[in-house]
Amino acid sequence: METVHLKINNIPVEVPKEYTILQAAKEANIEIPTLCYLKDVNCIGACRICVVEAKNRRGLLAACAYPVEEGLEVFTNTPAVRKSRKTTLELLLSTHHKKCLSCIRNQNCELQKLAIEYGVDEDAFETEEPVFPIDDLSPYIVRDDNKCINCMRCVAACKNVQGISVIGAMNRGFSVHVGSAFDKSLNDTPCVGCGQCVVSCPVGALYEKPQEEKVWDAIANPKKKVLFFTAPSIKATLGEAFGMPIGTNVEGKMVAAIKRLGENVKAFNMDFTADLTIIEEANELVERIKNGGTLPMFTSCCPGWVKFVEHYYPEMIPHLSTCKSPQAMFGAVLKSYYCIRNNIDPKNVFVVSVIPCTAKKFEATRPQLRSYPEFDDVDVALTTRELARMIKRAGLDFANLPDEDFDAPFNKATGGGVIFGATGGVLEAALRTAARILDGNFQKVDFEEVRGPEVVREATYEVAGVTVKVAVTSGLGNARKLVEKIKNGEADYHMVEIMACPGGCINGGGQPTRSDSVSNFVDYKALRSKALYDQDKTSEFRVCDDSPVIKMIYDEYFKEPGKEKSHHYLHTSYVARDKHYK
Amino acid sequence: MADNIPFKGTQEQEQQLLEVIAKNKELPGALLPVLHEAQEIYGYLPIEVQQMVADGLGISLSEVYGVATFYSRFSLTPKGKHKISVCLGTACYVKGADKVLAEVEKKLGIKSGECTADGLFSIDSCRCVGACGLAPVMMVDEEVYGKLTPDLVGKILDKYIKEEGGNK
Repeated sequence: METVHLKINNIPVEVPKEYTILQAAKEANIEIPTLCYLKDVNCIGACRICVVEAKNRRGLLAACAYPVEEGLEVFTNTPAVRKSRKTTLELLLSTHHKKCLSCIRNQNCELQKLAIEYGVDEDAFETEEPVFPIDDLSPYIVRDDNKCINCMRCVAACKNVQGISVIGAMNRGFSVHVGSAFDKSLNDTPCVGCGQCVVSCPVGALYEKPQEEKVWDAIANPKKKVLFFTAPSIKATLGEAFGMPIGTNVEGKMVAAIKRLGENVKAFNMDFTADLTIIEEANELVERIKNGGTLPMFTSCCPGWVKFVEHYYPEMIPHLSTCKSPQAMFGAVLKSYYCIRNNIDPKNVFVVSVIPCTAKKFEATRPQLRSYPEFDDVDVALTTRELARMIKRAGLDFANLPDEDFDAPFNKATGGGVIFGATGGVLEAALRTAARILDGNFQKVDFEEVRGPEVVREATYEVAGVTVKVAVTSGLGNARKLVEKIKNGEADYHMVEIMACPGGCINGGGQPTRSDSVSNFVDYKALRSKALYDQDKTSEFRVCDDSPVIKMIYDEYFKEPGKEKSHHYLHTSYVARDKHYK
Repeated sequence: MADNIPFKGTQEQEQQLLEVIAKNKELPGALLPVLHEAQEIYGYLPIEVQQMVADGLGISLSEVYGVATFYSRFSLTPKGKHKISVCLGTACYVKGADKVLAEVEKKLGIKSGECTADGLFSIDSCRCVGACGLAPVMMVDEEVYGKLTPDLVGKILDKYIKEEGGNK
């Protein structure tokens, strides 16, 4: 690795020659503030917050984009630098809707943080605040351009990472704003709802459609039974919202907190329906392989990916597994099996999923998923952030809660269900089960080849004389490339796992927002994933079919995978959608 | 209003646009020249045309729209049979061009940049037509009208409306 030597504030550092000044400064333990820069997403040197001085260089340099050079002498804290950054902040604030107290990002806002650090005067420039309409028509994301600082991180996430580009910068001058073509609501565009724009936003311009109030109302209604279930990745991220280190597994405290939200509340484990998904999906895969069905089979648990196929590759819909997602399966199980078993009218059950994802809010409203024609199976889908807000509002001291167990009967799950939250996890869990269907004595449980950070992981397994070729990717930009290869016959697989968000659900659009210093310098995806793989390793059961809850529900209710009852409640259909419109 | 004006693109126009797209498709930065020619072909860039451009170049509609709204040379609304252009240059402005523009807008019931539903009139503003001695000035098609007052504006427009056999 070729390195260069430079000085940051007179501190000598040696760094790889590909580094920027921003990265080099970090080596000297100096943090340069950023706003428009976001690692792996956006590097346009536009906001001018990261400016620094350098010896023998004219003007101020944008540290996020300026490459290091041998002998460069950088100064990050001079009067000129401080003045420039402060003025930049004051200009940004001059057209910013400064309603900070009621802002969803209050105390968790990059602009606010810098405003405090630089001691800015928010009234330094007298201007009119812009008045843009707030777009809250979609069931998953709200856009408030009055808070937007035009950093373009959301636009870059949508275009560069996800390859969708349903949002962009519109108009020019003071009328510039981020929006969709012809200023349509996000709801009328082919947005897939992944929410990568939301977790890229440094301020409060983008957030999930908040639904906590509906849940509070249900909890306050004594006639209702409020049934929560939490997706596999929530336990690995919820702690961050309470200041705990990234990658802390807070399953026990999370359960304790949910149970304390109300007397009529139960907390179930969605890892169970991850197991259930695998039973159905692995059987579907074996069925497709044996009977010449459409291959490769695409996983269908990620609602962003499913909507992506519907909009952009409708001709590939037959490749999607017909299995509902774990969220949708749980909704169906609760409104059917659970109600029958406990003799409850499904109308008196209020189902709340806690998911890492904004697209799941859309999924919950899909008419194809209803078990009964009159109402949705999942009443409200809450993001990790919304659950954290509910816990805070309930006055619970999260860090000091005891560890508690999920409520019966949906309390037990396998390691296969746990790893659903990380890219490659669904495929690995499916392989564990499919291998066992094909060969009853198959022993391998760890399929390391499909884990890890590589963009596309491919593997081939021989099971009972059958060759099974698989591939995994995450991020829709990567997914598009893989689908194109499959379409053009350049790659053939039996099963392909795709998650819309890079790294899978642990990096979902509904996860706790990260500070820029974390996004840009910490491998938070690896830390969050590790919490899941560690739990898998020590799980009592690791193959989904070994779960006692799975055995119970097939014995008592579904009988066989892919047949009558399971087909009705656990499988679904898809619709071809337009690539320019809703 | 522009939204009420149905898109009247012809087969020939579409063919021309497809040729333009095919010619530019592989070039870096193809969007700008394609939009230029598309506006030449159709006179403006309605959603139907922008969608054809997006499909043809394999980019999203929001990317096309972003560029189309960045450059003031591009118009998203059709131009009327009679193109009215009110000068908002310095000399005209100090002589009350804003009142002239307001009167035109009031009279026709549309805003600057828009076109009447019957497709007869469109209003734009411009910066100096080189007739500052006559300020404030407006042009209707190629005709220049100077030393305007709101009252005069009404009379001039009435003449065109009468010619078209309508009442406003």
